[in-house]
Amino acid sequence: MSKVKITIGGVNKKAGSSKEYKTGSWRTMKPEVDIEKCIQCLQCLDYCPDGAITKTEDAIEFDLDYCKGCGICERECPVDAIVMIEEEK
Amino acid sequence: MGEQKGMTIQGNMATALGAKLCRPDVIPAYPITPSTLFPEKISEYIADGELDAEMMRVESEHSAMSACIGASASGARTCTASASQGIALMHEMLFIAAGMRLPIVMAVGNRALSAPINIWADHQDSIASRDSGWMQFYAEKNQEGLDLMILAFRIAEDERVLLPAMVGIDGFVLTHTVEGVQVPAQEDVDEFLPPYEPPHGKLDPENPMTFGSLGTPEYYQELKYDQTEALENTPEVIDEIFDEFEEEFGREYNRITPYKCDDADIILLTMGSMSGTARAAVDEMREEGEKVGLAKMTVFRPFPGDLLKEIAGDADGLAVVDRNISPGFGGAMFAESAGTFINENKSPVMKNFIVGLGGREIFKENFKEMYEKTKEAVEAGEVKKLVEWINMNEDVMR
Repeated sequence: MSKVKITIGGVNKKAGSSKEYKTGSWRTMKPEVDIEKCIQCLQCLDYCPDGAITKTEDAIEFDLDYCKGCGICERECPVDAIVMIEEEK
Repeated sequence: MGEQKGMTIQGNMATALGAKLCRPDVIPAYPITPSTLFPEKISEYIADGELDAEMMRVESEHSAMSACIGASASGARTCTASASQGIALMHEMLFIAAGMRLPIVMAVGNRALSAPINIWADHQDSIASRDSGWMQFYAEKNQEGLDLMILAFRIAEDERVLLPAMVGIDGFVLTHTVEGVQVPAQEDVDEFLPPYEPPHGKLDPENPMTFGSLGTPEYYQELKYDQTEALENTPEVIDEIFDEFEEEFGREYNRITPYKCDDADIILLTMGSMSGTARAAVDEMREEGEKVGLAKMTVFRPFPGDLLKEIAGDADGLAVVDRNISPGFGGAMFAESAGTFINENKSPVMKNFIVGLGGREIFKENFKEMYEKTKEAVEAGEVKKLVEWINMNEDVMR
């Protein structure tokens, strides 16, 4: 558990602090990409509701600090390059 | 100390004038009967150059409270007015205002909730937002409406409090009724209520902060505890500020004001404008030798259980008179009064009376009936009917 103290009204005296919420811990399934199959159409980037996918040189990658495991990328991938696998914690 | 000026005005004007004396910076409001005159008066004050403030004409009460939240978070002294369906529409924002600890003050023209549609006096609208975390004050007369606006700002902005507050005046019975009021001098209100400087941070482009962020399960319960504790600690602050107000302006306020309660066997507990009628009924019954008293509740949230115990703890009977109903149990004031006495060795026999819904008149005879019914229960040593509705029009019952 975090030790950061609460404040009156939950005011956080920093701006842009939402980045610090690592919401990836909510996930039960995580996406994996098959680099060989990926055609870099980038539809997964557009559909990802968390903006947790970025383009790499060969394919794409997932930011697992924010990916909540919804599986939309798997469903939208036209070449079935993305599969959801069980998260191991 | 400046002289107070006598004026003869409607209740909405009294709350608007009270607000104006507090020099609010931002007033987002959406008109709704019976509190429409409040934003009308505020915009008149601004147009006439009597008040330097931003009046925001919003598209709904939900937006009004949302704008209040943003304005207050930026450090602006913020107020609004609403009633009935308007308060229902801003319901979710009320919780946010309290959770973010923003000292917004809202003048409420207490009115019934639909259905059936009804614009008349009833406490259901603010009572329904009881759990939002706002302080709730209820006025008996226009003077109290005016004074309570000033008091509400002062209490809400106290750094030991930092919570929003509603000031309720009964729809039409007060909002549209002309009464004489004493208006404090501006310089005295200025002294009583210094400018608002939020101690917990404010929205400022030069020094950006995060307001209203996510409270994950590791934090939510602690933040709610902190907020609840702040509200529960307010009685001390309220009493202190009520005393200071009396010293400055000569008018006494209490969370509950007892009247002829010292030797009373039976006490009527009331809230809002009905209290005047109840007082007249108590006087008449006293003349007939009945040992009856009146306890008028001005602060409903935080619930003044400590004072209720002091005032009614030794009485034989307590008649709790609610102008609201929580279907499936009874009135809100009754439920909380009963809860107050739950672990006491001695507690009065309690009965709940539902009165005055949707503008139904409440007469002296009704209070006498409530007194008699409570006395009967005390004498019989048994409460046959816990909750009774008073002054029903039997002719229209199906």
